[in-house]
Amino acid sequence: MAVRTLTIDSKQVSAEEGTTILGAARDAGISIPTLCHLDGIYDVGACRMCLVELAGSPRLLPACTTMVAEGMDVRTQSDRLRRYRRMILELLFAERNHVCAACVSNGHCELQTMAYSQGMDHVRFAYQSPLLEVDLTHASFGMDHNRCILCTRCVRVCWHIEGAGTKNVSGRGTHARIISDLNQPWGMSETCSACGKCIQACPTGALFRRGMTAGEMERDRTRLEFLVNAREKKQWNV
Amino acid sequence: MDLKDLLALKEKELAARKPIVIRCCTAAGCLSSRGEAVKERLERAVYDAGLGERVEVRGVGCLRLCCQGPLVQVDPDNLLYERVTPEEAGSIVDALNGEKVSVARGNPNDPFFTKQQSIVLANSGVVDPNRIESYVAADGYQALHQALHEMTPKAVVEEMLASGLRGRGGAGYPTGLKWATVQKAAGAKKYVICNADEGDPGAFMDRSVLESDPHSVLEGMALGAYAVGADQGYIYVRAEYPLAIARLQTAINQARRLGVLGSAVFESPFHFNVDLRIGAGAFVCGEETALMASVEGKRGTPRPRPPFPAESGLWNCPTLINNVETFANVPAILRRGGAWFAGIGTERSKGTKVFALAGKIRNTGLIEVPMGTPLRVIVEEMGGGAPDGASIKAVQTGGPSGGCIPAEHLDTPVDYDSLNKLGSIMGSGGMIVMDDSTRMVDVARFFMEFCMDESCGKCIPCRAGTVQIHGLLAKVLAGEATARDLGQLEELCDLVKNTSLCGLGQTAPNPVLSTLRFFRREYEELLLPDPFAVKLAVPEGTVSVEIR
Amino acid sequence: MERVRLATTWFGGCSGCHMSFLDLDEWIVDLTAKVDYVYGPLVDTKEYPEGVDVVLIEGAICNTEHVEMAHRIRQRTKTVVSFGDCAVTSNVVGMRNPLGGPEVVLNRAYVELADVNPGIPVAPGILPPLLDRAVPVHQVIPVDHFLPGCPPCPERIRMLLESLLGAGAAPTGRLIKFG
Ligand SMILES: Cc1cc2nc3c(=O)[nH]c(=O)nc-3n(C[C@H](O)[C@H](O)[C@H](O)COP(=O)(O)O)c2cc1C
Ligand code: SF4
Ligand code: SF4
Ligand code: SF4
Ligand code: SF4
Ligand code: FES
Ligand code: FES
Repeated sequence: MAVRTLTIDSKQVSAEEGTTILGAARDAGISIPTLCHLDGIYDVGACRMCLVELAGSPRLLPACTTMVAEGMDVRTQSDRLRRYRRMILELLFAERNHVCAACVSNGHCELQTMAYSQGMDHVRFAYQSPLLEVDLTHASFGMDHNRCILCTRCVRVCWHIEGAGTKNVSGRGTHARIISDLNQPWGMSETCSACGKCIQACPTGALFRRGMTAGEMERDRTRLEFLVNAREKKQWNV
Repeated sequence: MDLKDLLALKEKELAARKPIVIRCCTAAGCLSSRGEAVKERLERAVYDAGLGERVEVRGVGCLRLCCQGPLVQVDPDNLLYERVTPEEAGSIVDALNGEKVSVARGNPNDPFFTKQQSIVLANSGVVDPNRIESYVAADGYQALHQALHEMTPKAVVEEMLASGLRGRGGAGYPTGLKWATVQKAAGAKKYVICNADEGDPGAFMDRSVLESDPHSVLEGMALGAYAVGADQGYIYVRAEYPLAIARLQTAINQARRLGVLGSAVFESPFHFNVDLRIGAGAFVCGEETALMASVEGKRGTPRPRPPFPAESGLWNCPTLINNVETFANVPAILRRGGAWFAGIGTERSKGTKVFALAGKIRNTGLIEVPMGTPLRVIVEEMGGGAPDGASIKAVQTGGPSGGCIPAEHLDTPVDYDSLNKLGSIMGSGGMIVMDDSTRMVDVARFFMEFCMDESCGKCIPCRAGTVQIHGLLAKVLAGEATARDLGQLEELCDLVKNTSLCGLGQTAPNPVLSTLRFFRREYEELLLPDPFAVKLAVPEGTVSVEIR
Repeated sequence: MERVRLATTWFGGCSGCHMSFLDLDEWIVDLTAKVDYVYGPLVDTKEYPEGVDVVLIEGAICNTEHVEMAHRIRQRTKTVVSFGDCAVTSNVVGMRNPLGGPEVVLNRAYVELADVNPGIPVAPGILPPLLDRAVPVHQVIPVDHFLPGCPPCPERIRMLLESLLGAGAAPTGRLIKFG
């Protein structure tokens, strides 16, 4: 495989062709904030948290879907990027109802952690306060639309790791919703194998195991990684 | 079918022509005001008058001055009749015998018509869109024959490069370059897609082309397919265009039967099939990657580019995707040469552009003008200015992705670069004229509402940002906003423009930004004087109070 | 050194933030050496005084009285701190917002769940009417510092106060915690 050399935050980095900027940066110990990215499933470039600057290009590029190229000069931090990232988080917190104090994921939530790391101490935009459902029809799991950020991680793990194809997105714009099968209650789904992978994948308190009380929802991502490694690299040992 | 057959068909069709032709618009605009009944009455009147040998009543596509429809035009005297009702239609036929006509006469020598230059619309209003013979009589499919037998695919691309044609779907990417990229792309299977999703509010250029002259689009697609090495094409049309769909399907069937589509076209090794794909009417499905996802049967949402469709498009194969109007230009370019086309228009914007002229203006309808025509010529001379003595305040181009050009810039030539400089875009060709009764913040809010409703919801800045921007605009209009809100509005526009995934979000703030640029006062006049004033609603039973 | 005039107040909140404030334990003693606690639920001042240096506001803005008070506070105070999640995000008190106006919750509390005398209390001039929505403090007045948390833990309250009392800028990232 051809190797590409590039600069990320003034650091010389080399990466194999076909690596994303995000991957190359992580290998070099540079962290770029992400929300929709999840190791092991393909990227969709939806959350825009990972946007970086490229010297000579007026456009910002998503690090998770942009491949490295020879001689690239990438900046992952700037006032402008920090401002945008913070605003994106504010938009998310204003879009649905995030009441951390009463959330199963409180303390184990990527959205929350991201807000801390990006210095989002309050939301300037108008809270939309939509009236949203909580689907508790499934015997083992629940879905709280109040907390969903539409990252589609659940959709992607359900299709591409579990292969069940239960989860999907319906509607558009701010009315988009994660649905099960053809928009029926999760508990009525005929395809859901109750594998729980979507629960592991979800960055927020939107998907949870039933019976959790606030602050208990911890994830075990190694389960997903194990499966993907087993499948792609034939590594079966934990 | 070979060239001899094609020319024979043309001769036969021309020979059968009758001395008098009554052309009757049967495009959607006129059909919606009983155009079909007008045509039937005309046919009956011709029959009743025993003129069947001398007079042909031909259903044609759009005659352009749609606001005066149903329109009927009579050759060879070039008489134009406006607002024809089925009841009066017969009198047009009576007039052929010298009787007095009771239908309102239009002026075919009005600047609205004489300032036009037709390439894309050359056949529109002339040929019968339901008969391939009619298209063949207008030299149709000759370019395809010529390309297949006399030109290499490379030579076709060269001709497109020489023409300087830029994509008419909005972004204005050079068509020749796109064709060259797909041609060079590695892959045994390639596709051609015609983007007929046309979803901008107020735009109906593509619909009109499809309804008036579907074969020119098919021929353009076939030429594209030959140039890039594709054998399958799709036309993605929105379901709201049933007439366009019906005429396209008729055209495809006829073209197959004639042997200009299908296998061994013109007895060459080239084969090419075209199928229709019907979109459910989501604006975002006009975005090329969303469109392709939709054709594949998936949820129509955009994906990041690169890879561009030219490298990896439909089912990951190299795909040529162009707009309806782009394809409709192609047969003429190959028939008359790229250099001829490049001689029309301006340095960096070649050829003509079709616009759907609408809004507060006397003549609304479809126009095709050379690139570089000053906006003033379009709205004042051709459009006849604002009705009822009102004065023109601004012209909106580019729909929800465009901007408002204020009256003081009416001398701007209409080309890609000049419009960009004014913070607007050429877009696909919607042109909405506004008079002094229009509130610009209202205009901005209208387009933002459109983008908010049409956002696919995939990326956060567009999905949630448009909602916030729309809320702020509504707040400004309600007289409840402060300078702080205006600052936030600008910050959000900057965010949505620079961080959204696809063109919808990236351009959604344009109407706000351009009205802020030219009409900032209209925003500021609506603001509350105190930057921290708030209006909080208290529930029923108590009076709503304004604090401070 | 001039003593800092400190106030705290309590809008639509559960008083948990004030409890956490009391959890500052013996540091409160150090604090009282530097500040005059001029107004708040822990002392018996009736009127919000003029010339306050720092105020910690607990709770969301829920009724007309909160709005008036917030404006008075802003006029009379140098540094306004949104203290706790309810003040910063409207938090739990804001959970009524998706339901529409306040009638829904009033009805639930005073009619549906009432054992005796069901009815929504109305006392003009005594009971301030609820706003349509419970909103964060910064939507009503400019706020200088945000200290989220439900409640903010004593360590972070202390960090913020120390910085406000002149020990330099607070480490901003470490002051943020929701829930
Ligand atoms: C939100 C959005 C909607 C679009 N809608 C259309 C459309 O309706 N028709 C069209 O031809 N192009 C549309 N485009 C542009 C296409 O993505 C693409 O650029 C175009 O089809 C390419 O054709 P051209 O090069 O011939 O212009 C749209 C783009 C965006 C971002
Ligand atoms: S999902 Fe995360 S950010 Fe949202 S309420 Fe739960 S803990 Fe807070
Ligand atoms: S539990 Fe498994 S099968 Fe069911 S929705 Fe989640 S990922 Fe899909
Ligand atoms: S449910 Fe969770 S994983 Fe699925 S889209 Fe919402 S936030 Fe993402
Ligand atoms: S910019 Fe809007 S339409 Fe485009 S991908 Fe993002 S959400 Fe969808
Ligand atoms: S992580 Fe790259 S866009 Fe979400
Ligand atoms: S639709 Fe009949 S003239 Fe345009």
